[in-house]
Amino acid sequence: MSTAPRPDPAQPLPDTRPSRVRFWMVCAGVLALAVPLQLLVDAGLFSDVLNPYYLHVLTIIGMNIILVASLNLLNGYLGEFALGHAGFMAVGAYTAALLATRALPPASALPPVLGTVGILLVTLAGAMAAAALVGYLIGLLTFKTVGDYLAIITLGFNMIIVNAIQNIDFVGGPRGFTGIAKNTNFVAVAVCLVLTIGVLRNLVQSTFGRVWVSIRENAIAAELMGVAVARAKNRAFTIAAAFAGLAGGLWAQNQQFITPRSFDYMKTTEILVMLYLGGMASLSGSILGVVAYTLLMEVLRNLLSAFAPQLAEWRMLISPLILIVIMLTRQTGLLGNREWRWLRPRQGA
Amino acid sequence: MALRIASLTKSFGGLTAVSGFNLELGDRDLQGIIGPNGAGKTTVFNLITGVYAPDSGTVRLGDREVTRLSSDALARAGIARTFQNIRLFAQMTVLDNITMALHAQAGYGLWDATFRTATFRREEARLLAESREHLARFGLLERQREQAGSLPYGEQRRLEIARALATGPKVLLLDEPAAGMNPREVEELIRLIQQVHRDFPLAILLIEHQLPVVMELCREVQVLDFGQTIASGAPREVVRNPLVIEAYLGEEEAPA
Repeated sequence: MSTAPRPDPAQPLPDTRPSRVRFWMVCAGVLALAVPLQLLVDAGLFSDVLNPYYLHVLTIIGMNIILVASLNLLNGYLGEFALGHAGFMAVGAYTAALLATRALPPASALPPVLGTVGILLVTLAGAMAAAALVGYLIGLLTFKTVGDYLAIITLGFNMIIVNAIQNIDFVGGPRGFTGIAKNTNFVAVAVCLVLTIGVLRNLVQSTFGRVWVSIRENAIAAELMGVAVARAKNRAFTIAAAFAGLAGGLWAQNQQFITPRSFDYMKTTEILVMLYLGGMASLSGSILGVVAYTLLMEVLRNLLSAFAPQLAEWRMLISPLILIVIMLTRQTGLLGNREWRWLRPRQGA
Repeated sequence: MALRIASLTKSFGGLTAVSGFNLELGDRDLQGIIGPNGAGKTTVFNLITGVYAPDSGTVRLGDREVTRLSSDALARAGIARTFQNIRLFAQMTVLDNITMALHAQAGYGLWDATFRTATFRREEARLLAESREHLARFGLLERQREQAGSLPYGEQRRLEIARALATGPKVLLLDEPAAGMNPREVEELIRLIQQVHRDFPLAILLIEHQLPVVMELCREVQVLDFGQTIASGAPREVVRNPLVIEAYLGEEEAPA
């Protein structure tokens, strides 16, 4: 019953050499760069090279990676087509904003640094918990649906959240929520980013991740292997929503001003574009997709405002255009489902 | 008795797909169900595995009545199956197809996985080792890192059987395992099923269209036609039954 090893030239074996660069090294590297960068920018040193704008772009990239990587759990690993990610983000953003402005003392009344860290911990935990709860409920609602139906339900959820917030005067309604203290900086976002990628990597490389992928690959076979499909899906929805809520909580305390419209389906679309640009079911793809998309948009913004300011708003046409081009030419995105070596599982001997 | 089925019946609209199906499958038994296309064979499997709920009748697994359990609960209770059209997790590696099947015995929770606790690492190492050992038993270890969907047909079938066995079932249902195979692959398959029957403590129920496979493997066989059992007994007697010959000659492929 044993077969001789038959190398199949058409299917090259994946590169399984152990990576010399390990996951924790990359994380440590990111943090080791983030802290001095933040300190230098705060101190206004080398301001001709290190201007705060660059740090702002990096911060946006960090938050977007959290959003895209968490949506990847649903659209990449689980193989669903969820269209409401900005809705979970909104739940997190408004929860964090409410906690920061109404429930907690201002950072000025607390010891420096530690006080801000404490506020961040509480607001972000609240944002994650609230978004996770909503994600769990959405998961319950959609547990029998797949494909188009799930897409429509999640899209509907996104619209309901945005409209509901617009009608709640308590949080500013359509005018938006103002007066949120800037409790985050690039370091805080970098810490959250590293933790998010770490947790998501750990999950997708565990039995939970294998179960999610098996549902994507063949839900009936997964069920007949003993997988409680509805429960596994709901778990993915809850976790993905929690991290979208985390990004929302960071977003609110970074922008200091949020409006319902910043979380409408346009934001969801932007998250989707970055996800598909990078590649599905790959955390490396999520990172690369966000970096490539954000840099492209920022470069375009600067080019247009310098040379053709009257065309500045046309920039927004680029993102749907990118999506169309990806779908026509490279459906797997930049990376497909491959991972950079430092993000791959370390296969035992 | 591993599996005891009594008067299982299922209709779709006006059509009775399975009518009064009975089966007694002993603990290490190997029985077959044969019959022409559309006779209701796969429907029987779908009823046993909870894909459809029966209109009436009972299914008992060991001492336990399992008639209306969900598919995943039935799988965890010890019924595993393969599919006529292979259903592997095509984009997962060969190894992950097996490791995934061990999900129910992964002795760690979400917390352990999230933070890679010592429990997680110990259990993952165990699952990985068991999966590799399992693959080696089926001669698929060399293929462990390849995508399941890229294997040749015969090996995909073998992997699907290996994956079903990885769940540690009491009853294994094989739905036309020889479908689409060339004679050499069929020979290999027969040897594989014999080996599984010998090495694993379980009962096997086999649906097959190709009579030689059934003749060689099964102790007892039932013939279904239009949802009804028209004959049962030892394979060599059954194929001489005039009703069976008529059912089979009614279509293109005559019995061998």
